[in-house]
Amino acid sequence: MITIFYFAGLREAAGKAQEQAELAGHTVSELLEWVGHQYPHLSLDAVRVAVNEEYALAEDILQAGDTAALIPPVSGG
Amino acid sequence: MKAYEIVTEPINPQLYADYVLRPEAGAVTLFTGHVREWTRGIRTLYLAYEAYIPMAEKMLAKIGMEIEKKWPGTRTAIAHRIGELKIGEIAVVIAVSSPHRHDAYEANEYAIERIKELVPIWKKEIWEDGTEWIGDQRKKPEEGESL
Repeated sequence: MITIFYFAGLREAAGKAQEQAELAGHTVSELLEWVGHQYPHLSLDAVRVAVNEEYALAEDILQAGDTAALIPPVSGG
Repeated sequence: MKAYEIVTEPINPQLYADYVLRPEAGAVTLFTGHVREWTRGIRTLYLAYEAYIPMAEKMLAKIGMEIEKKWPGTRTAIAHRIGELKIGEIAVVIAVSSPHRHDAYEANEYAIERIKELVPIWKKEIWEDGTEWIGDQRKKPEEGESL
């Protein structure tokens, strides 16, 4: 089991800030496919994924207990 | 206070300037970013910022480490506020000290550019007739313009 976090526009569009999913052993790009399948109305084109608070690569593999945050384009400052 | 932090209360920039000041520093640059009322002709009523707090603080610290590597002898402190902010309030403060002013100016601008690329903070503009989450605002080359 992993925990997925949604922020900003993604949180509002998904209607939740976080959820758990059985995605251990899958890659980051498979996680994005899963999210896109659950929420077809989310725009995921420019979204980056942070695993355990570090930006991850598409081919990185998720481990049980990981947190995966979907990071839409940032706009701090 | 911490050297790299996300805060919910109004920012006192002096705290961050004091934090980076040392006997060997001859210069401190202090940048404060404020909530602007007018953007491209549209009037903002207030802003709401959200952050992935633990990761945002880690990324601010990472920017500080990059600065200390690129400009040895500098010291940096950065804070970003989240929640609802009114026009004119401080959203971000960056303090950099260095032995001579040139490094402190350059490093300070580098910090705000990196914040806009890297740090998981999002801004929602609230107008009289609607709201919008703002995406990437970094300057991009115009079409046909050389880099």
